[in-house]
Amino acid sequence: MTTPAIRIAALTKSYGSLQALAGIDLEIARGEFFGLLGPNGAGKTTLISALAGLVRADGGTLEVMGHDVVADFHNARLKLGVVPQELVFDPFFTVREVLRIQSGYYGICNNDGWVDEILSRLDLLSRADASMRTLSGGMKRRVLVAQALVHRPPVIVLDEPTAGVDVELRQGLWQFVKQLNADGHTIVLTTHYLEEAEALCGRIAMMKAGRIVALDTTANLLSRFSTRSLRLQVQRPEVAEALGGVVSGGWVDFSIDTAPEVETLLARLREAGADVYGISVGEPDLEQVFLEVMRRA
Amino acid sequence: MPDPDTLPGSFRASIFIGFRTLLYKEVLRFWKVNFQTVAAPVLSALLFLLIFSHVLDRRVTVYGDVAYTAFLTPGLIMMSLLQNAFANSSSSLIQSKITGNIIFVLLAPLSSRVFFAAYALAAVFRGLFVAVGVWLVSVFFVDLPLAQPAWVATFAILGGALLATFGIIAGIWAEKFDQLAAFQNFLIMPLTMLSGVFYSIHSLPSFWQQVSHANPFFFMIDGFRYGFFGQSDTSPWLSLAVVGACFIVLATLTLILLGRGYKLRG
Ligand SMILES: Nc1ncnc2c1ncn2[C@@H]1O[C@H](COP(=O)(O)OP(=O)(O)OP(=O)(O)O)[C@@H](O)[C@H]1O
Ligand SMILES: [Mg+2]
Repeated sequence: MTTPAIRIAALTKSYGSLQALAGIDLEIARGEFFGLLGPNGAGKTTLISALAGLVRADGGTLEVMGHDVVADFHNARLKLGVVPQELVFDPFFTVREVLRIQSGYYGICNNDGWVDEILSRLDLLSRADASMRTLSGGMKRRVLVAQALVHRPPVIVLDEPTAGVDVELRQGLWQFVKQLNADGHTIVLTTHYLEEAEALCGRIAMMKAGRIVALDTTANLLSRFSTRSLRLQVQRPEVAEALGGVVSGGWVDFSIDTAPEVETLLARLREAGADVYGISVGEPDLEQVFLEVMRRA
Repeated sequence: MPDPDTLPGSFRASIFIGFRTLLYKEVLRFWKVNFQTVAAPVLSALLFLLIFSHVLDRRVTVYGDVAYTAFLTPGLIMMSLLQNAFANSSSSLIQSKITGNIIFVLLAPLSSRVFFAAYALAAVFRGLFVAVGVWLVSVFFVDLPLAQPAWVATFAILGGALLATFGIIAGIWAEKFDQLAAFQNFLIMPLTMLSGVFYSIHSLPSFWQQVSHANPFFFMIDGFRYGFFGQSDTSPWLSLAVVGACFIVLATLTLILLGRGYKLRG
């Protein structure tokens, strides 16, 4: 059996009296596209920082590709690329200098071919020789992505990489990240854009107050926590209401879990003389699931 | 997936590349603003030299027949070297901490020893650049002998390394620029001024001579001066022992702090 890309066991971290991580257990397999969601202050960044060795855990163990992040930090860090949430940069250098220097930290020289490829994928090639301080916020964010990739890490963690990035580039960035995932890189993503997480992630953990409160495949989460709604426009709404519908603004909403239920419902409406003249299906979405999970947790 | 061509041949080589890169980045950082980091300190040392030599040169001699300006110059060179070595490592670290870009170094597989060696050596380079600058300029004003160059080099490098290390500790510990300025104004400056840059401690009352012997800066400057004149207030071997011991203590402390991630890894 191969070791997982990330293995976290019994991880705790407090800042004074505030428990930022209250016992996290999590395994992420190689090749996964994994989403880490949670409201502000849930502990996502703290978790990522512990994994990257930027903060010291109070208890528990963390491994990247089987390498302990403290005892075998050298190998663990070689295997990990992190795009930090904060928009940090070194104003003294140009984009290309930053990437060459970052490559060198990982023991790599002559990395220009790969650096150019990353720059072109992130649409930064034309700014390669510009000083970091002259870039716009979105461009600086893309340089952060590039910096995380210089050493071709098998595990890539992106902490809100699309905050402040325009629509077109966000699409381009996701294409690039999907490509990396298809090439075998494990991706861990945090974002507050839940439709992005829904579209990209195969599995999702939801965090609240330092704990994981839901952990499952995206498909299971969607079916477990939310029901599809069938919205109908009918001739006699009061009849539909008697059959369990909820009237709102000319429509009657029914909660539906399976397809056969739809058939039964339509048959019963026809028998009662409530002819259907409009129909629409509300798909479950991750936002609904998220709100439900947070409410219950 | 990793392309074998870009991966270093061995673990050792990759560590060395990491060290070399961090050193290069630290040197480039001060070199890109060399007007402030090298030219300005050379100019201020030059002003000291001009003023003191104009006022005192014909009136004072030291060690019997050494002209005051000649005596003063090595002190000024060393003072500039020490101050700039300290300024480089401490200000680089605090800037990186405040702006947050220190994480690019912390994310990378760089050990405490590599981190320490690169920051310290870059700071020594800055100190040496400034020192050579002051020395070159002083050639136009002062007739300075060079009795034992090996001692000059030894104390320049060791003194620079000591202050660079001290700068790393200050940079790790400080959270604001004011705290760093306090270090500089209340510790480095007074200790330098009271170390015999401007006078031979033999001209002091014996109590103050004793006090000077508790000041490591005295030994750095005295040993350095020995390299130029072949004479000094104390033996260069004693100075070497004191400065070397101080360096070992501070370097060990720095490695412990870095190993624990003190104030760097929250
Ligand atoms: N250095 C620190 N000192 C004190 N408290 C901290 C520190 N870093 C984080 N915290 C606290 O730990 C908790 C978790 O913070 P964290 O940054 O991990 O949240 P997050 O899930 O990433 O939130 P966001 O979505 O806003 O990025 C918060 O309550 C935060 O205030
Ligand atoms: Mg965060």
